[in-house]
Amino acid sequence: MATSTKRDNGVAEVHDAQQGREPPAIRLAGLWREFGERIALQDVSLELAHGDSLVVIGPNGSGKTTLLRVLATLLRPSGGDVAVLGARLPREAWRARGRIGYVGHEPLLYRDLTVSENLRFHATLYGIQAPERRIDELLERVGMSRRAGELTRNLSAGMAQRAAVCRAVLHEPELLLLDEPSAHLDPEASELIAPLIAAGAGRTCVTVTHDFRAGLAAGGRALALGHGGWAVYSGPAEGLSASDAEAIYRGALR
Amino acid sequence: MRALGAILVKDLRVELRTLESVPGMVLFAVTTFVIFRFGLDRTSLDGSLAAGVLLATVLFAAILAVNRIFVAERDQGGLDAIRLAPVDANALLAAKVAALVVYLVILEAIAVPIFAVFFLDEWSALAPLALVLLLADLGLAATGALVSSLATGSRARDLLVPLVLLPLIVAAAAAAEPLLAAGAPEYDEVATWLAVLGLYDVVFLLVGYGVFDFVLED
Repeated sequence: MATSTKRDNGVAEVHDAQQGREPPAIRLAGLWREFGERIALQDVSLELAHGDSLVVIGPNGSGKTTLLRVLATLLRPSGGDVAVLGARLPREAWRARGRIGYVGHEPLLYRDLTVSENLRFHATLYGIQAPERRIDELLERVGMSRRAGELTRNLSAGMAQRAAVCRAVLHEPELLLLDEPSAHLDPEASELIAPLIAAGAGRTCVTVTHDFRAGLAAGGRALALGHGGWAVYSGPAEGLSASDAEAIYRGALR
Repeated sequence: MRALGAILVKDLRVELRTLESVPGMVLFAVTTFVIFRFGLDRTSLDGSLAAGVLLATVLFAAILAVNRIFVAERDQGGLDAIRLAPVDANALLAAKVAALVVYLVILEAIAVPIFAVFFLDEWSALAPLALVLLLADLGLAATGALVSSLATGSRARDLLVPLVLLPLIVAAAAAAEPLLAAGAPEYDEVATWLAVLGLYDVVFLLVGYGVFDFVLED
């Protein structure tokens, strides 16, 4: 079931340039990642065009978060070729940084700063001029205007997740990497953040989720990782049935 | 510079709000002076002994701040956030060095007069010490920030920092001691020891600049 397009990225980029095509937002060819003796990702290959969305599913420990951290330039690949937004990793990670928005398991917010102080801090790191309007607008959209002056340590997990989404999209990134973005969120909050983290209009989205039914129903592309970090499926989301996805979670499909 | 300023302001704001490092350093220094006061059973110190008591106290008090300087970055995702941003990673190290220098200057602004009350008969010797202490602070901050960044991911961080930092700081302490002991510009080796102290600062700032990118890598 797995599809694999293993090519050397350098060759692929030259080919793209010759064809006058923009390189894909993400190109993985035989990606490996190891932590000492443990292999987290094995031979993962895929291409994702600009503006597309990718949903990543798989059981616990299948390497979903590792994949996202590699794409975010936070982890070096152990092997294979990885290109993100045209930058080959890890050598050209500096070219991709600042163009990626990342929502991980932690909100990446300082607990002893207020929500607005945290967002102003990140705005400064990203060189956003006069960020107040953008910060106010984002907080309004996630329903946190009245919590802007509150210390992040006093927020509930759901409120911290809303603030984390604001942080991730503050600089209007070209690539959004989302690790269970709806974690801790109630249905209303999930609806509020949905437009902020949607793919399209040149923004590419990679979303890790355990809600595979909703993820696959949203369309776009899908990557299913199995136990041991193998890519069990890589292709259009509609090509992976819910029953196959369940089987991947049970480890019945490898 | 933009990132350096933002990280430094953030660190100072958090310290003002939480008072996690500087008050502890000051209390530690004052307690140590009291212990020396009764341990040595002396009401007056001068020369090498005075310099040694002051240096040792500042150095051990500094370890409290060095231990904590990267904790928020590691525990609250600051390292990831800064690595995702389009900024030079060395801005983080430079901001941490600057924050440690600020903490040490505040510590000394309070602790040195208390030291003088406890041990010195003559206060006029204090003024020339400011430059020596500032140079020593810079070296201590440069080495401390680097050691802290290396140790912060370890469960044995509280043990690692003093075990690694203290041997590294011996050279700076050795250069600062005769300057503090002399306490007056006529000391004929002042220029030499100042140069040694300055060189120590430059070397450890450059080492930090050279290796910090690798420290941040997974």
